[in-house]
Amino acid sequence: MKELEYPFDSDYIIKKKKSIKRTLLADGKNRLKKKIAVFGGSTTHDIIVYLELFLLDQGIEPEFYESEYSQYWQDSMFPSEELLNFSPDLVYIHTTSRNIVNYPSMSDSKEQSEEKLEREYSKFEQMWKKITETHHCPIIQNNFELPFYRLLGNKDCSDYRGRSNFVGRLNQLFYEYSQNNDGFYINDINFISSSYGLRRWSDPSYWNMYKYAMCTEAIPEFSFNLSNIIKSVFGKNKKALALDLDNTLWGGVVGDDGVDGIQIGQETGVSQSYYEFQNYVKTLKDIGVILTVCSKNDHENAVAGLEHPEGALKPDDFIIIKANWENKDRNIVETANELNIFPDAVVFADDNPAEREIVRAQVPGVAVPEMDSVENYIINIDRSGFFEVTNFSADDLKRNEMYKANAERAAQMASFSDYGEYLLSLDMKAVIDDFIPVYLQRITQLTNKSNQFNVTTKRYTQTEMDSVFQSDEYVRLYGKLTDKFGDNGVVSVVIGKINGEILDIDLWIMSCRVLKRNMEFAMLDRLVERALARGIKTLRGYYYPTPKNKMVRELFKDFGFTKTDEDTNGNTVWELDTGSYEKKNTVITVEDNSSIAN
Amino acid sequence: MDSKVIYQRLNKVFRDVFDDDDITVNDKTTANDIEDWDSLEHITLMAAVQKEFKVKFSMGEIASMKNVGEMVHIIEKRAK
Repeated sequence: MKELEYPFDSDYIIKKKKSIKRTLLADGKNRLKKKIAVFGGSTTHDIIVYLELFLLDQGIEPEFYESEYSQYWQDSMFPSEELLNFSPDLVYIHTTSRNIVNYPSMSDSKEQSEEKLEREYSKFEQMWKKITETHHCPIIQNNFELPFYRLLGNKDCSDYRGRSNFVGRLNQLFYEYSQNNDGFYINDINFISSSYGLRRWSDPSYWNMYKYAMCTEAIPEFSFNLSNIIKSVFGKNKKALALDLDNTLWGGVVGDDGVDGIQIGQETGVSQSYYEFQNYVKTLKDIGVILTVCSKNDHENAVAGLEHPEGALKPDDFIIIKANWENKDRNIVETANELNIFPDAVVFADDNPAEREIVRAQVPGVAVPEMDSVENYIINIDRSGFFEVTNFSADDLKRNEMYKANAERAAQMASFSDYGEYLLSLDMKAVIDDFIPVYLQRITQLTNKSNQFNVTTKRYTQTEMDSVFQSDEYVRLYGKLTDKFGDNGVVSVVIGKINGEILDIDLWIMSCRVLKRNMEFAMLDRLVERALARGIKTLRGYYYPTPKNKMVRELFKDFGFTKTDEDTNGNTVWELDTGSYEKKNTVITVEDNSSIAN
Repeated sequence: MDSKVIYQRLNKVFRDVFDDDDITVNDKTTANDIEDWDSLEHITLMAAVQKEFKVKFSMGEIASMKNVGEMVHIIEKRAK
């Protein structure tokens, strides 16, 4: 919804929150249902109200547990029956500088201030550990914003007795915990409050009258920032950025002005702004964002512009370059198809409001940020949180390389008449084995990102995945596929729960970047092998239809399973006898974990 | 500013905040007359009214307002 996209009008959202919610709930969209427990150190009512709006807009339908006023510590340490029954998918702790009780006093020695810091910090660490132990779910914790006055003036930030200094040190301890604990995320209230303006943010009347730790006008911005972490944790990030060229990546029109006439580089303020934007876009690649071009241009002109010696981006940085005279909405849909992602995972950046409007209207779910003037490009894309980083795996770093290799494979495929021959020519090698710690993060990430090749669409948080990994009641497999063009990384995960002589397949997913490579057969071969070793006679598969997973409706049938049940919603159950199974993969060389050690 | 105009604009704010087009306020209206007007919604209402009339109520003013009439009185004095 346009009203909820950055840069939104907070005053409008505050005034219209009820009708906005009504409109969102009436749009008939299918949303991911998630239970969020909010533990507050101050009033949290409006924070939840706006958080709900932004999450609904991002495809998540939240249900909330809200602790009684300022009961964050009690709810963390002594969970009530109600909270336990609620069973949250995520816990958010909303504490602020108003909740710090152990500030140093002027007579404290350095050691005493350290002790106070330790006391303040350990209270929180104790809470986080207890929450993880109790609920096995991700935690989002605010860091601390700067206090609103400075007793020591400028020295408040550098003297160990200063409150600003204390807050800074406390934040560092929070960050260390975050670096060492997966599934623990910091909501950067320190950044948001300074960006909003600390003076207005911390207007004490809101605390003294309503016990809000910030002015209520700032809450939409605050909740939006928080919603970005949550949607990222639950796999709703965008994946690709499709960029226009003329007046988006450089000033001017390359077709009219010529390569020498476009504005990019260090010459003028305007050309520097475009250069800065190109640099920003290039670094998006480093966090795994796929870059493509979507421009009305002749292809040669587009490439010539991108080869401008003063530019930061080069044609090679883009996986797909659509420079033609087709309608842009069509180009966006085709780009998504070629990348094997949904159009709603694409962000379209174009300076032309008419093009933005067409794409917004024609391609449901695509994100179209405001690109009104070059100096705002970075801020508008950055603050929108499209690519909010929560789990940063090694795969993210390599994603662009992988998509590039995919494009090369497609070219090679065209030269083979027989598909089997083509598959053999790829020299595919897979590692298929039980989970190992180094891949756990990627495995979890994959379970939350895969929508199409996913029979049950079961999602796992990092903590849930950790407990599956610890348990001996499961047969677990991950699959990693390499071929002569490159390493695809971990692309498939299967989790089966042992139920006597039956293995219930809770999860079977595969990344769409390795579709039609027979990887699923290699996985099945290994699954049967491991099942037999555990004395299992029957594999039982489940298919639950969603709007996105039609491609695997017949997966178990193709595997040779027999359908044993089907209900009116199209949910099906399938069984396979392990005793009479014959191996199906003939094109991939399969190895186990020992091949990774060296 | 004319109090008639103030009431017109105020009605619009009330209708937006409480999402109810049937609301019409007068000088005697209090929180008891509008179902959703509780202490939490009061905060939203104050924010929306202050934006509409580009005024900032002091803490003392907010605490002492007994009904819509008193709110209008303050707006009359200060609004631009």
